[in-house]
Amino acid sequence: MIHVYDSVPVLTLGRVLIPLTQLFGLYVLFFGQYGPGGGFVGGVIFGTSMIVSILIFGHDASSSRLARTVLHGDGLGLLIFAGVGGLCLIGGGEFLNYAALDVPGLDDAARRYLGILLAQIGVAVDVAVTAVSIMFSLSVETEDEDVHAGTP
Amino acid sequence: MTFSFEIPLLLLLIITAAGATLVKDLVSAVFLLGSYSFFLALAWAWLGAVDVAFVEAVVGAGLATVLFLLTLFGTAPRDARIDREPFSWPALIGLPLLGVLLLYAASDLPEFGDPVSPASQHVSPFYLENSLRDMRTPNVVTSVLMDYRAFDTLIETVVIFTSGMACALLLRRRRT
Repeated sequence: MIHVYDSVPVLTLGRVLIPLTQLFGLYVLFFGQYGPGGGFVGGVIFGTSMIVSILIFGHDASSSRLARTVLHGDGLGLLIFAGVGGLCLIGGGEFLNYAALDVPGLDDAARRYLGILLAQIGVAVDVAVTAVSIMFSLSVETEDEDVHAGTP
Repeated sequence: MTFSFEIPLLLLLIITAAGATLVKDLVSAVFLLGSYSFFLALAWAWLGAVDVAFVEAVVGAGLATVLFLLTLFGTAPRDARIDREPFSWPALIGLPLLGVLLLYAASDLPEFGDPVSPASQHVSPFYLENSLRDMRTPNVVTSVLMDYRAFDTLIETVVIFTSGMACALLLRRRRT
């Protein structure tokens, strides 16, 4: 169990930097088709921001509630990714052939664009949830001792 | 091609890698490994692989360091020190020989950015020419990962999911 880190500069900087990090993660995720980045990196940045929030404010803080809620979404990202592939099957194409996504009013290229975006969101959700989940798995063991110094 | 940037970077890479394996304190080893990842990310960015550099900086230097530290604080006492064996003579002789052999083999690799190398002749031109037209995605890396090779990425996502599940099943215990 990680408790709140008792240092004013760390707490203040955490309050300012964690939302900025999450914003940057979303930017990397949604602009992955134009610049470097994409689903994997965006998901890791978002997951790391939640991990830092736990390391600074502790397991029980209200700002760590997002991380604890996210923990229940294990497998959701995989479901999104595979679900997009399944929608392509329903639309009459091959698995993960985004051109077969049955969205009216879009040509093939726009459908592929949409498919890539949805699949990236799936990857990002999966990676972020897994990062937070592994972090929780590793840190619950230390609760019985006085070595809860996960905040270096 | 100038070497003013390459050589200090490679020296720093070697120093941090050697430091991470030689240092006696496990926490210092973790931080040296993190800085090694940062220098490696710089090397990737310098070679033009910006996506790889991004992943290396975020995962190698950020996430992996945190997970290593958490593992360390969960398993070992705070000042865990390692007693290392002295160097063994077969390793001292054999490993430089292996290095020379690898350098000899590396001279056969194609030149960096060679347009007629096998890697840039098979399907790469197709990806580069058709990515923008087919899916309006200027970043070819994303379009290869997410559309042309989407099945690979799906299975990689399954691997990440499985790792999370395995950690949860092995490490999380119900509180008694």
